[in-house]
Amino acid sequence: MSNVSYVRTVMLQEQAPPASQAGIVKWLRENMFSNIPNSILSIAALWAIYYVLNDVLPWAFQSSWNAKSLGECRSVIAAAYGEGASGACWAVINDRFLQLVFGFYPSELYWRPIVAFVLMFAAIAPVLFDGLPRKMLRFTMIYPFFAFWLLWGGSLWVPLMIIAGFVLGYLAFGVVSKMASSLVGMIAAVLVPILWWLFLAGDVATMLQSIIPLSIEAVSSSNFGGFMLSITIGVIGIALSLPIGIVLALGRQSDLMIVKVICVGFIEFIRGVPLITLLFVASTLLNYFMPPGTNFDLILRVIIMVTLFASAYMAEVIRGGLAALPKGQYEGADSLGLDFWQSTRLIIMPQALKISIPNIVSSFIGLFKDTTLVSIIGLLDPIGLSTNIRANQEWNGVIWELYGFIALVFWVFCFSMSRYSMYLERKLQTGH
Amino acid sequence: MSTITDPEQGGFRISMLLYDTRYRSITIQIIALIGFLLALGWLIGNAAQNLAALGKPLNFSFLGDTSGYDINQRLIEYNSQMTHGRAAVVGLLNTLLVAVLGCITATVIGVIIGVLRLSKNWIIAKIMTVYIETFRNVPVLLWIIMTMAIFIEVFPKPSDFRGADAVASMKLFESVAVTNRGIFIPSPIFGSGSMAVIAVFILSIVGIFVFGRWAHKRQDETGQILPTFWIKLAIFFVPSIIVFYVLGQPISLEYPVLKGFNFKGGFHMRNSLIALWFALSLYTAAFIAETVRSGIQAVSKGQTEAAAALGLRPGRITSLVVLPQALRVIIPPMISQYMNLTKNSSLAIAVGYMDITGTLGGVTLNQTGREMESLMILMAIYLTISLTISTVMNVYNERVKLRER
Repeated sequence: MSNVSYVRTVMLQEQAPPASQAGIVKWLRENMFSNIPNSILSIAALWAIYYVLNDVLPWAFQSSWNAKSLGECRSVIAAAYGEGASGACWAVINDRFLQLVFGFYPSELYWRPIVAFVLMFAAIAPVLFDGLPRKMLRFTMIYPFFAFWLLWGGSLWVPLMIIAGFVLGYLAFGVVSKMASSLVGMIAAVLVPILWWLFLAGDVATMLQSIIPLSIEAVSSSNFGGFMLSITIGVIGIALSLPIGIVLALGRQSDLMIVKVICVGFIEFIRGVPLITLLFVASTLLNYFMPPGTNFDLILRVIIMVTLFASAYMAEVIRGGLAALPKGQYEGADSLGLDFWQSTRLIIMPQALKISIPNIVSSFIGLFKDTTLVSIIGLLDPIGLSTNIRANQEWNGVIWELYGFIALVFWVFCFSMSRYSMYLERKLQTGH
Repeated sequence: MSTITDPEQGGFRISMLLYDTRYRSITIQIIALIGFLLALGWLIGNAAQNLAALGKPLNFSFLGDTSGYDINQRLIEYNSQMTHGRAAVVGLLNTLLVAVLGCITATVIGVIIGVLRLSKNWIIAKIMTVYIETFRNVPVLLWIIMTMAIFIEVFPKPSDFRGADAVASMKLFESVAVTNRGIFIPSPIFGSGSMAVIAVFILSIVGIFVFGRWAHKRQDETGQILPTFWIKLAIFFVPSIIVFYVLGQPISLEYPVLKGFNFKGGFHMRNSLIALWFALSLYTAAFIAETVRSGIQAVSKGQTEAAAALGLRPGRITSLVVLPQALRVIIPPMISQYMNLTKNSSLAIAVGYMDITGTLGGVTLNQTGREMESLMILMAIYLTISLTISTVMNVYNERVKLRER
């Protein structure tokens, strides 16, 4: 009997899927040409992309990087790509790069802002990454004063005396709250540093400076400019606004009527007016509110107003974080017998701040973009500098290259930060 | 045997202000109030002293003085012989003009881009993502300046339109002239009988609402659905057009014509206004698009599927199920974007558009030297606008809030 089987014993070779159901063709049919309206849209979009790139790419790449003036630049392009070729004159960026980055900061001292900038990452790292040792947070606390000293120079004793004020406040809190209550401790912790800074710190700093001179060359604020200025204002604004924002947010959440009204009034006032009016206050009005005869420089005044502006927004961000905390955390802290400040300091704030980090990053992006407004009151941020550069005879007429470069730098900063905050948001979401 | 007695209830002692929770909050509030008043008093005292020393104590009478400067963009009658107060009103109207225009276009562009970003068409979705990320991550001031630069540098000069072999030509059937001095569009001239056309037009808009309510009621009673969109469209156009032709075309257009060095006639939209309007709209649209996208994504897929299971068609699913739920999420952040746009319109000063910041906070401030008064009024105005918008928002939020059990 022969072995007759009705079932195939040898499998057929697998066939390739039909051309329309595989690879790039399938992808294109599904994602770009699934039906007639979609096909029309896709073709229109491709045409638009071609149209834009066809104009922009030759302009961007038929360019010259080395020239000392716009006229020279044009002749270089004409020589390289033929008469009538329109190309970008990136040479202006090449020529004025250091100015766009550092403003008029003395060139032999460029290392100072660079060191401050690099150390900034070391200071932020422990805040952003949990894995790093907690002891690094101490450096984060010292960093603002150190960066201030690096950027503006002068005597090291000045920032040290400012730190001393905080240390005194901390000590006063410890001593007084043991003696009386924590409420009195808080009052002492606020009053002691203020008295110290107002009446003693200056003299002590001068005295110590005469005994042990520790100083580096001072740089006047008027030399600050370019992206360094934007970053300085943005970072200082956010860093200082954090503690103020925390206090305002707590005040807004509080049951104490008067405290709440003051905080809400401040927050709503600042959020209701445009930043530019606050900058006008900085440039024309702020000196009037100080004791007669006080006069401090424009950048410092701008930083004060930017800080007030940012702290109102920061307060709202942190309030969001406080509201997002489960109620059980508040109740748990209460049931452990912690008083308000203890529970806030040990239980509530660490969690609320952690939830708020993505939004804090977003508000930093907003503030960083808003620092360009200082060009309107005459500071030399990148936009102010671009006007300045164009006022120069050599570069009179350069527009798109400068704006394009500034826009690109802002874009790179803001886009990477926003991606980072989205990543954080996703990471934090996995909690529940 | 010992008895447990309640601790003795003493009278009020000073230390209870600190240790007794009943009194402590009052203590804290009074201390805070005193501190706040002291700080405020210190600031005001300093300001009064400084202003007195400069010989310009707080005084608002400068608003009645002759301003002496011109404003080319104005909605109400104004010339340089009028007062600073009048100039401020002109500026305020300009702010509101650009804010309203900007909000409308930003919403339209933003909604379209937000919806297209969710499109299944890969390339369209990618282009919209690029648009959003480009506009969101570059400062709005830079966009405003760049838009202005495009208008001035790229668009042809009025003289380019002259002669037989003109370099530039007018667009849209010779009716619109796009020049680097602004855009000239035809303006309507109202002849006799035009009031009748306008009246019919207004009546037909009222008619649309009446018809809408009637159709709604009819649907509730009989279950029949009318093609309301097409009927409304017909009511919008047909009566007005019929009356327009019956009365012999009473409304005509005045076209801009090149005369001398510039165009005359028609309606002149100045560069500063258009650049500011465009830049603010495009910038804010990127944020609105994100809001719209997240609002649509916030409606869970189960809602769409349940609606489909009930037999609703895709169009009705969107309009009856998805949109009402998405709007609840979209509207609050959208309104705060409107607020941002209004506040950003103060950057008009960078392109020379005379808004309230440019008039009151700019020229008036510099001419009169009344920084304190000008800025106080300026901030009060912006604050009023913001608070009005946020009040409206709160009322709306209260109305659409989910009524939970």
